[in-house]
Formats: sequence, structure tokens, C-alpha cells
Amino acid sequence: MSRRPGFLVYGLLSAFVLGSTFPLYWSFVIGSVTKERAIQSPLPLYPGGYFLDNARRVFDQIDFWSALANSVLISGISAASVVFFSTLAGYSFAKLRFRGSNVAMAFVVATMAVPTQLAFVPLLKTFSNLDLTGTRTAVVLPFLVTAFGVFFMRQYLLDAIPDELIEAARVDGCSQLRTFWTVAVPAARPAMAILALFTFMQTWTEFMWPLLILQGSDVQTLQTALDQLKIAPAGGIADIALLQAGTLLATIPLLLLFIATGRQLVAGIMQGAVKG
Amino acid sequence: MSVTRTDAPAGEVLATSPATGSPVPPPGLTWRQKLSHWDFRFSPYLYVVPFFALFLVIGVYPMVYSGYLSFFSWPRYGLTHGEGVGFANYGHVLTDPVFHKAFWNTIGIFVLSAVPQVVVATVVAAMLDTPLRGRTWWRMSVLLPFVVAPAAAALIFGSIFADKTGLANEVLRAVGLSGVAWHTDRFASWTAIATMVNYRWTGYNTLIILAALQAIPRQLYEAAAIDGASRVQQFFHVTLPSIRPTMLFVIITATIGGMQIFTEPRLFDTNLQFQGGADYQYQTLTMYVFNTSNSGTDPYPRAAAATWIIVLIIIGIALLNYAITRQVQRRGER
Repeated sequence: MSRRPGFLVYGLLSAFVLGSTFPLYWSFVIGSVTKERAIQSPLPLYPGGYFLDNARRVFDQIDFWSALANSVLISGISAASVVFFSTLAGYSFAKLRFRGSNVAMAFVVATMAVPTQLAFVPLLKTFSNLDLTGTRTAVVLPFLVTAFGVFFMRQYLLDAIPDELIEAARVDGCSQLRTFWTVAVPAARPAMAILALFTFMQTWTEFMWPLLILQGSDVQTLQTALDQLKIAPAGGIADIALLQAGTLLATIPLLLLFIATGRQLVAGIMQGAVKG
Repeated sequence: MSVTRTDAPAGEVLATSPATGSPVPPPGLTWRQKLSHWDFRFSPYLYVVPFFALFLVIGVYPMVYSGYLSFFSWPRYGLTHGEGVGFANYGHVLTDPVFHKAFWNTIGIFVLSAVPQVVVATVVAAMLDTPLRGRTWWRMSVLLPFVVAPAAAALIFGSIFADKTGLANEVLRAVGLSGVAWHTDRFASWTAIATMVNYRWTGYNTLIILAALQAIPRQLYEAAAIDGASRVQQFFHVTLPSIRPTMLFVIITATIGGMQIFTEPRLFDTNLQFQGGADYQYQTLTMYVFNTSNSGTDPYPRAAAATWIIVLIIIGIALLNYAITRQVQRRGER
């Protein structure tokens, strides 16, 4: 379709984008008025001047900064770990020959279809036996490797490294590890960045597992802190202004990440789609 | 040097046949050459072992363990599992009216999210697949909701769909309609929850479909245009058939995700029982598992049994998808 798009296309796309941004705007509107104003009809349409006030109340109700630090730590460790193990295994699957490689890869792909939550109940039982409930370690453990990561790196490395390059390194007397380090890792870098980004976001937004394992504990992630914020004002009227201010505060870190890396994220999703 | 180049191990890394030599290096090699032989022989395994070791512990073992667990009783505060009970836990779950409700709720929410999502994503992708000004900007804007975590999206839309003070009802009243009981009416609550899911995933799927659209050879459109096909005809006869595999991919991912909906309905709940509404009208299967694992009698075995039932449902739906797509494809080829 090579014809230049007309006003209709631009109009419809603009409407779609407006619809996408509106909920965030709405969250800011409600988060920036007093709690009485937030539920008073007619509802406010423009932001008020109480956002900082509401934010302060959020910080009083939940330990926002510790939850933020936990989220950064847990998502960061998960991203680094997934990238490390996936690059190593993905390289081996894509470029090295070994017995059982096809069967092992088929197994990895098959497990991708199984929902992750299947593992949650038994993991919860195991972790409570090990006295790990309510710890950051317990939150991050299930997210240290993913089948998707290995699949993704393998697909990328299949075409990204010419076989001749590995052969040349070998002829020059490189050990396997050195070949991996000097040939594979530089070639894999773009995919590693995308995988890190994805894993970080995925672990960051994870809700059910931290909720299960952190129940009744002081340790919280940003997502479970929001859950607590919702539960907190029991008895009184629901404090929507507080809740929206907290929601927006919890969304800002990923928004910043998106502004910095959105371009790569778009490219990564589109690339993954063609290859997957 | 010339020995290593022409000798047997050289073929192992990239040769077309898998390694078939014996694990013992050929005789007459120096210590260095032997070392290199072992290196090339076993490194491939060394690189995948760390992944598989972790994956077995946190992925495979729990699945197998939960299957095992589902055949025993295990009192709430018991240290080990009790006696074997056969399929009693499965029987309990399958005859539980709450589970039946959760099943239909999940299917309902899934249909209300998957269908509009795929349709809208395809249309938006088709619009993005034109020579737009500021292409990158549009693509990024479409993806923006993806960074709003499900918990955050649930709380924002929870305020929009609040029964008394929500924006949605205020708008409905402003245009002369009556407000909707978003939390108590079953279908309305499904719609509200599906909206949260759609909000987050439509843009993501748009980009996946856009990638498929761009892989279609442009000559196909030119040929269709020469044959006199209108742009709408081109869309139905060239575009849609070409992106069918991607559609199947999107639908299967949506199925796996749809069966796992948890965050949105849980945070949509306004009472603190978290049972998905007073009458369980929007409790999903995953909420059922979560609540069961916190329940009084045999929490873990029953939750494990429920999880395995969900997995079987997912496999069933995936196979159904596959069969339908094959059928459609065959008909298309005729």
C-alpha cells in the first residue's frame, strides 16, 4: 500500500493514541485533587494542585522507596541472569553441535506454552519449607531463567554469526570460551539488550508471585505495595486520590525507561515477531 | 598446526554431521591438542548445563511436584503430605460450583479481550503500514500502554469503572443513559476487566501484526491492483491470508495469557475477600487457584489439581485453535 495516507488515517491513529494516553492523564487528574473532590460529581477534568500532597500521603502509607528499591533490584538481577544464561545456552544451541541438542531445544520450546503460574503453588510450598517466604531471594528465584530467553537468543544468533567466523577463530587456536567471548558476545549484544529490557519489564510488572510469597511480610515490590495501598483505608471511604497518586508514582520508573529505550523495544518486538 | 587443521576434531564444531567420534582423543596428540579436543567436545554441554540446572529446579521440578501433590491430602499446617487420595482433589475442584463459575468468567473475559484486540490491532497495524510521517513516533505511541503494569492499569480503570463515582458512568449519565453496575453485573464486570487487558496488549499485538504485514511482498498488491481489486478487496484477499501464521501466534499467546488473568480482577475487587465479587461473578481460574492455596482444607493439593486442570484446558484450546486454522487454510487452498 504505497499511497500516502490521508487525513482519515492520521485522524484514526491520533484517536487511538489519545485513547492510549488518556488513562494515564486521568490517573493524574484524580491523583492531583483532594480525596473529597475525587468522588464528587461532576468529576474534575483538569489536574488540581494536590498531587504532591497526595504523594506525601502515599509515602506515609507504604514504604514506597524500599518497594522501589526492591523492584529495581529484583528486576535487575532477573534481567542480568536471564541474559547471561540465555546467551550461553542460546549460542551453544545455535552454533555448536552436540548430541541431544535438538531434543533439548524442542523441550525448551514446548515448556514455553505452559503457564508460569503452574509452578507457583509448589514453589510456594517448597519455599515455605525452606523458610524463604517473605524474602527478596524467594521473589527473584523463579525469574532467573526463562525458556523464552534461550529460544530468543538462539533464533537471533543463528543468522547473526557467520559459521566461517567461528571456524576462523578455531583455526587461529581460540579456545571455545574465547570464541564465545570474542565472537559470539559482540555479535549478540543487540539481542542481549532487548532481552534484558524485556525481562526487566516482565519481572517488574509481575504481580501474582510476589503477592503469594510476600503475604504478610514487610518486604514489598512496587506492585504488591499498590495492593497494600488499596487495602489500607479499610473502614473509611475509599481514597481514590491517594490510590491514583500511588499508581502514577509506581508507573513513572517504567515510563522513563520507555522514553529512553522505546525505539529498541519497538524494534525488538517486531524482530521477534518475524523470527518467532 | 597442520595436524589440528586436517584432523578429526576440526569437523565437530560446524560440520554437518553430529559428533560421532569416540570420547577418547586420537593417539599421538600433544597434551595441548588433547586439551583442545576435550574443550571442543564438552564445551557445548557446559554452556547449556547452567541453564538447564536452574530451569529444572524452578520450572520443571515444581510442575512435576504439583502433579504428585495433587493426589494427596495435606492439612493446612501439616509438615508433610498425608495419605494418597487418588483423584479426590480433582473431583473436589471439578464439582465445585465456584470453579464452574470461574471457568465461564475466564472464558467470557478472554473472548471479550481477544476478539476486539485482534481486530483493532489488525486495523491499526494496516494503518501503520503506510508511508506515514513520523513512523517511529507512531509506533512508540502505540506501544505506550505496555509500560503500564497490569496492577496500575487495574487501579486506573477501577476508578474509571467505579459504580457510583466512576468516569464511565458519569459519561453515560451525561448523554442521558443510566449508569452501569460495573461490579455487580456479570457481563459488565467482564467488560471492565477485558478493557484493562485490551488496554495493555492491543498496541503490542499491533506491532507484531505490523511486522508480518511488512514481510508481505509488495508485488502481490501491485498484481491485485492491476487485476482491479479495490483496497478493501486487497486487504481481505492478499493481506489477511498472508498474515495467518502470525494471527495464529497472536491468538495462541492471547489464549495462554487469557487463561492466566489474575491481577486485573483481583484489584478490581472492592471488598477484601478477593473472591471476584460477592457472587464470584468475575472470579477467574487463576484467582481460584490463589484463593484455594489460602483455603482451609487441603489448600496445596487442591490448588495443584486446579492448576493442572487449567493447563489441560489451555492445551485443549490451543489444539482447537490449531485445528480450526488448518481447516480454514485447507478451505482457502481449494
